[in-house]
Amino acid sequence: MSLVLIAIGLLMASALAALLLSRDPRLATICGVGGAMLAGLAGLIPSLRILLAGDNESFVLAWCMPGGSFHIGLDAVSAVFLIPIFLLTALAALYGGTYLKPFWGKRAIGFSWFCFNLLTACLILVVVARNGLLFLMAWEGMSLASFFLVVFENDKKDAREAGWLYLVATHLGTAFLLIFFALLAREAQSLDFDRIGALAPGIANAAFLLAVIGFGTKAGFLPLHVWLPEAHPAAPSHVSAVLSGVMIKTGIYGLVRTLILLGHPPAWWGWTLVGIGLSSGILGVVYALAQHDLKRLLAYHSVENIGIIALGLGLGALGLSTGHPLVAQLGFAGALLHVVNHALFKGLLFLGAGAVAHGTGTRDMDRLGGLAKTMPWTALTFVIGAAAIAGLPPLNGFVSEFLMYYGALLACLPGGMTNPLPAVGVVTGLALIGGLAAACFAKAFGIVFLGEPRTDAARSAHECGLSMRLPMIILAAACILIGFGAPWAVAALKPAIAGLTSVPAAQIFGGAERPMLLLMELIIGFAAVAGVAVLLGVLQKRLLKNRSVRQAPTWDCGYAAPTPRMQYTASSFALWFVDAFRWILRTERRRSLPKGYFPDAAFMATETPDGFRELVFRPVFTQIRWALASLRWIQHGRLQLYILYIAATLVALLIWYASCL
Amino acid sequence: MGLDTLFVFLVLTSIVLLGSSLLNSSIRVVALQGAVLSFLPLLVMEPTWAGRAVFLAALTMGIKGIVFPVLLLRSLREANVRREMQPLVGYSLSLALGIALLVLAFWLAGRLHGIGVGISALSLTAAFFMMFTGLFLIIARRKALTQVLGFLTLENGIYAFGLTGVGHIHWLVELGVLLDVFVAVFIMGIAIDHISREFDHINVDELDQLKG
Amino acid sequence: MNLISCLHMAVALILAPLMLGVINRTKARVAGRNGAPLLQLYFDLGKLLRKGAVYSRTTTWVFRAGPLIGLAAVLGALLVTPFGKSGAVLAFDGDLVLFAYWLGLMRFVTVLAALDTGSSFEGMGASREVFFSALAEPAFLLGLVGLARATDAISLSTILPSISAATWLAAGPALALIATAWLVILLAENARIPVDDPNTHLELTMIHEVMVLDHCGPDLGLILYGAALKLWVMGALLVSLLTPVRYGVVWQDALVFLGGMLILAVGIGLIESAMARLRLARVPQLLMGASALAVLALMLIMK
Repeated sequence: MSLVLIAIGLLMASALAALLLSRDPRLATICGVGGAMLAGLAGLIPSLRILLAGDNESFVLAWCMPGGSFHIGLDAVSAVFLIPIFLLTALAALYGGTYLKPFWGKRAIGFSWFCFNLLTACLILVVVARNGLLFLMAWEGMSLASFFLVVFENDKKDAREAGWLYLVATHLGTAFLLIFFALLAREAQSLDFDRIGALAPGIANAAFLLAVIGFGTKAGFLPLHVWLPEAHPAAPSHVSAVLSGVMIKTGIYGLVRTLILLGHPPAWWGWTLVGIGLSSGILGVVYALAQHDLKRLLAYHSVENIGIIALGLGLGALGLSTGHPLVAQLGFAGALLHVVNHALFKGLLFLGAGAVAHGTGTRDMDRLGGLAKTMPWTALTFVIGAAAIAGLPPLNGFVSEFLMYYGALLACLPGGMTNPLPAVGVVTGLALIGGLAAACFAKAFGIVFLGEPRTDAARSAHECGLSMRLPMIILAAACILIGFGAPWAVAALKPAIAGLTSVPAAQIFGGAERPMLLLMELIIGFAAVAGVAVLLGVLQKRLLKNRSVRQAPTWDCGYAAPTPRMQYTASSFALWFVDAFRWILRTERRRSLPKGYFPDAAFMATETPDGFRELVFRPVFTQIRWALASLRWIQHGRLQLYILYIAATLVALLIWYASCL
Repeated sequence: MGLDTLFVFLVLTSIVLLGSSLLNSSIRVVALQGAVLSFLPLLVMEPTWAGRAVFLAALTMGIKGIVFPVLLLRSLREANVRREMQPLVGYSLSLALGIALLVLAFWLAGRLHGIGVGISALSLTAAFFMMFTGLFLIIARRKALTQVLGFLTLENGIYAFGLTGVGHIHWLVELGVLLDVFVAVFIMGIAIDHISREFDHINVDELDQLKG
Repeated sequence: MNLISCLHMAVALILAPLMLGVINRTKARVAGRNGAPLLQLYFDLGKLLRKGAVYSRTTTWVFRAGPLIGLAAVLGALLVTPFGKSGAVLAFDGDLVLFAYWLGLMRFVTVLAALDTGSSFEGMGASREVFFSALAEPAFLLGLVGLARATDAISLSTILPSISAATWLAAGPALALIATAWLVILLAENARIPVDDPNTHLELTMIHEVMVLDHCGPDLGLILYGAALKLWVMGALLVSLLTPVRYGVVWQDALVFLGGMLILAVGIGLIESAMARLRLARVPQLLMGASALAVLALMLIMK
């Protein structure tokens, strides 16, 4: 526990130091990066220990604010969320130190590091807070810090707009959370989490809905995701990695904590979560397929992965409510493991995208290509992350999806749930999402890193330095490690699952160790395939050793002078999908076709704006703005009038208070 | 078992209708569906009603399996339209929505069967799915002829529902429905004939030009 | 894991290329030709493994790793594929998911290797491949969920062997629907007519074949062998589903299974002879139809 407090202290101190030293970007960077990395190291130790030992620690401090005490605690559930936070922020800081170098002297580097470390501290605090007020304060700090990070490049209109959208969205979410905590506080007479007990079903249902909306806004549940594909690409890449990798997980954390606090869930919670998971997962990846900005594509994949996590949580809640403990445990295990996994591979992919932007100056996939030659390390780590996020074996993404599949299949058996429809939905959804995600990452990796460079910018790309490469290598290694170490990774989750299902850790998975043995068999399969692949590699080398191995141009079907512009682009690769889903994507196509015998320059451009933003939120907000415009007369800009408002409010409150006495 | 196979066959023909792009083959599929449906009275009605069952089966086979398709094929020939369907909703999407409708029908059937309606959940699933498919075809296809087909599928669903869903006075209701359809097909046939003579095509989109 | 299942796997490894020989011989006979020898693919493989290689200047290590990982992945699928009515080398609950995902990995690396050449032809094939397989995968797994529920098991090595005449009597229509859906998926995933034409590299039919245009020598050999194995593993599932007999004697069961595979190969040959290739735009329809069948089957089993 104390190490976590030290980590928070370190972060706060380094944040302030970076702010004070903002005159000198080098010193500010050293402060920021150093603080974040030290804090990461300090925090990882207790988190891992809690996870492996499975005990709880807490720290209570009386404070002078209403609603209980300054109460922070560390249990296995928190530890599952803390590990990716510490790991990813430390690595992202290391990466960001170099990544931000081109901005030295042009932007407020010190302020950026202040926000980064503050964000990290708030992330930690959100996860360990055991008091509603403390939680909300940390939550707000997190939102504000990340807002300033999103608008880091504040001379760009896109970044400013994305920032505003994010600020509005996140505060709408927070508004629901305020009501949520107020409701809980009214019932429990305290904001301390451990005082919140069993609630009446009506209250619990209301609280659940509030939590889904409030936390769902942060997590990026469809259709509350609209801020996500704007804000995440606008931020610097190491920040995007943190935002996508861990910050949106605080929404999931909030939901998990809510499930723990509210106790035994009714079945419709599970149905709701599975429904949200299906829509976010499938539509998230469909939108991702239509993008050609690499970071925007990744941002939509965050929506997809949050959907997968929601599927796991929904399956878990359904298992609890219908009395199938093994299904519940597998669902939650899959969800929690996917939280960690997604932090690893999404962090990795965003860092990779940052390296691409850093090395070429563009994120437009249709202007890239052939980077695997100039940026070999980035390419290698990116393809590992791509395979992992597509859920392909033998990497970590497969393991978490496998747990969910297994739970859902169990629920589909005759002895499973009486109504297996949601479980069938989970299996179908995971299969469809898996196929679409594989397609999308084949596109992302293939178009950006393979083939010939499509522009000069891509041709003159350069590999990033060691301090940017190292975080990516570590994250890629972690993806492989969790894949091959699946049984141990899942075993480490047992205390956390125990916390979610209120079953002792020793009895998780029925105590019979069946899923554990099965995971052992799984990794035997992994090892066999990896071994065979290596053997075949050796064979290939041996076979070709004394034979002629020539280099030639790609077979060009008789066309004499192929140019890189003739390659399939991101847009053409995804055309089938865009066509198949055009009823939901509404991709705008602008083009001028070649005409006549000597055609002029022709062009074609596609753009896929977010349908929910355009068709749902924009009209609603336009209406609200129109309605609120009639209240503008209140705002005169005269100081006296504002003081009058405040005074009138005070007097009114005083009268009300006095009349209640 | 035999009954189950029959219902599965009814669902399958509806799925084929959703994915079919040719008018000719769609008419034949609807005819096939009607012919299969005509065996239903023989299988579900009680032995005491054997005579009526045979009568109803023969009647259904005659009307749904022979008269309608012949009429429709003839009007298709005479109207001299393109053999393609011109869908408003693409075929793959139609099939995807069809899957969703199938799940919905299954869920509805489960609910209704739970409270004692129908001889089996599957019979209700098939009936509802045929109704949904029929409605969907009416909404999502452009050709007047396809809409007749949609209407017939819808009617097949009602027929199946009448036979397996409610008690045994169904065939009175059923004959009334049949009569309705008969009239409808006549009207549609005349309308098609008329429109094609006026406008050389049978798109309902153009019907709004008929108003004064 | 036992000796017999290892032996079975060896048989599969040896016989897989024969299936393609049988298919081609059937097609030739129907067309009134003598056709290539049944062992043609073995000769081809032998020849390719003895050749040198030409690599495109555009390609990187991804292009060379593609065939290796692809073959390794399909071997991973073979590890969990039961040999008719006898269990696989590796059998555990949920191995059906691993089966599907190994094939997914194979597809992923093949697509990446294709994109690595920078050729728009191969990009075109890759694009079609990922789209069609994304449609096929849910249908395949839905079929498996149906079988899992019908047999109360979630391992391929328990599900498929426990499909007996009694299962067929109890859920005949559903199983037939699943078999049909799987047959469609098998044809689509293995580049057979009516989805793709394995004999041409023409633009119109370019899905699988075009993606491997630039591979040659030993690499191409590995790819051809991997494709044969893929046909084998998917065919093995279908044949086990369709042969509800189990003697309990190893060689008898093996004979039944191999006979089934032979009939399947002849059947595919006949389908290819009798049908024309579908227009590309109709392929999604076919696959959606397969999904609809799988959904219907699942509902029949769940009712």
